[in-house]
Amino acid sequence: MKILVCISKVPDTTTKISFVDNDTKFNEDKVQFIVNPYDEWYALVRALELTEKQGGTVTIINVGPADNDQIIRKALAIGANDSVRIDGNSNESFYVASQIAEYAKTQGYDIVMTGKETIDYNGAEVGGMIAELMNVPYVSHASTLEVDGGKATMKRNIEGGYETVEVTGTFVVSCQKGMAEARIPNMRGIMAARTKPLTVVAPVNVAQLTSIKVFTLPPAKAAVKLISPDNVAELVNLLHTEAKVI
Amino acid sequence: MSVLIYADTINGKVKKSSLEAIHYGSKVASLLGTNAVALVINSSDNLAELGKYGAAKVLKITNDKLNAFDPQLLTAAIAQAANSAGAKVVVFAHDSTGKSLASRLSARSKAGLVSGATSLPNLDGGNFILRKNVFSGKAYADVNILTDEKVISLMPNSFPVVVTDASAEVADFSADLSALTSTLVVKEVNRASAAGVAPLPEAELVVSAGRGMKGPENWGMIEELATLLGATTACSRPVADIGWRPHHEHVGQTGIAIRPNLYIAIGISGAIQHLAGVNQSKVIVVINKDPEAPFFKAADYGIVGDAFEVVPKLIEAFKTLKANN
Repeated sequence: MKILVCISKVPDTTTKISFVDNDTKFNEDKVQFIVNPYDEWYALVRALELTEKQGGTVTIINVGPADNDQIIRKALAIGANDSVRIDGNSNESFYVASQIAEYAKTQGYDIVMTGKETIDYNGAEVGGMIAELMNVPYVSHASTLEVDGGKATMKRNIEGGYETVEVTGTFVVSCQKGMAEARIPNMRGIMAARTKPLTVVAPVNVAQLTSIKVFTLPPAKAAVKLISPDNVAELVNLLHTEAKVI
Repeated sequence: MSVLIYADTINGKVKKSSLEAIHYGSKVASLLGTNAVALVINSSDNLAELGKYGAAKVLKITNDKLNAFDPQLLTAAIAQAANSAGAKVVVFAHDSTGKSLASRLSARSKAGLVSGATSLPNLDGGNFILRKNVFSGKAYADVNILTDEKVISLMPNSFPVVVTDASAEVADFSADLSALTSTLVVKEVNRASAAGVAPLPEAELVVSAGRGMKGPENWGMIEELATLLGATTACSRPVADIGWRPHHEHVGQTGIAIRPNLYIAIGISGAIQHLAGVNQSKVIVVINKDPEAPFFKAADYGIVGDAFEVVPKLIEAFKTLKANN
């Protein structure tokens, strides 16, 4: 089984968000970058569990500049076999998906795995785009993945429940909670990661479809209105007459 | 030219998030000086009714190949319908189906996509700029779509529907899927949510509870409060993880992100990961006995008090309000 796991580099969940260059660029100064949690905790760990049990390889792929090697090494330390970095730089999903699809088409992967979305741009776009560009099925928001011979079975979360989906042949799956438990790399993994293959591939030309004009921070939240626990009716009154939500 | 809206259905009925998308699509269409066309697949509903939400026309596909949710086949069908309707903009709801289809259609048509849009397009200076949330609700991005063809997925519950008494013209559309095969099979669809209760991403009112409830046996009052308000119940991550509540109720970064009009959080401390899933709610009420709970900083209204005392009082107060209105 050959699995490709797509990882994205994102600012840590607790990062204070700010912008530079007239609010057109994310301010990376003093920001701690991590592997996008959904990519790491769910896609990567489930890929490792499957290949540990059934044999096969897990390859990491990332689209980005040389700075990203650090998070690729982290993914290798958790246990992936090798890695590819497409040496392009864009925060646009279509660019990233096109690079990954272009590479994956030539490599004969059985499964291409992504997280359900990234925690920076929250698009939930890359997985579906890769699937369309590779002309293969796409299962989004999967919380389980079992592989039996040539057949994969997934539970896919939908509003208020789930669907059980079966796929044969190559497919793309976006992963979410339930898929696996996060793993912490051990010292042996970290040492081994230093010498695992990291192949740098030149990007292909991709048309730009969108551009971010400006970022804005939400207005500061007004202080909470505290209501005495002895006067709960006042809260109901405020929700009805002031907030007008009930 | 037209604006095409993919109207998703559950048991043949168009979903609330898709009705919002139709209404939104009709507003986009009027900005562009054109009409909104809704696309509905395998529904025997009275589709002329979609005119109420702003659709001038409804394209209806009836095709057994499209009974199950297979994004590959559906995207091909939607692309054909968009082509036939001369659609320059295709709108989806940003939900579990829309996310899969919008991304595929964008890549297929090389059409710029804004997913999770929360605004109408700003067309000044020949641009097509839409606002969306980024960094898990900690910022907004204004994104310009550069391509002639455009794809938008609309964040549920961000664009209120206004209903008129117009009626839409319904036409059958035949998608040619004969050359396509798919290896995807949907074996089972399981929707656990109670009849008549909106699924979480579509819910306007949400009552949510966490570890402060001390055990699953104490959820009766949470459910009573939700039923009284016509709200959907939700929960925090720890509560879903220890099995007190089902996973599909879990809101937050690793669960579902929601933006209801009212979010009542009971016995939830408000960790940053939880806030990431609920910070777009229009009004947040926090009930927690710990005055230092971080959730109070993100709340509009708060009560520092024991849930077991406050919630029964709240139920009585809502009953009184209901009786007087």
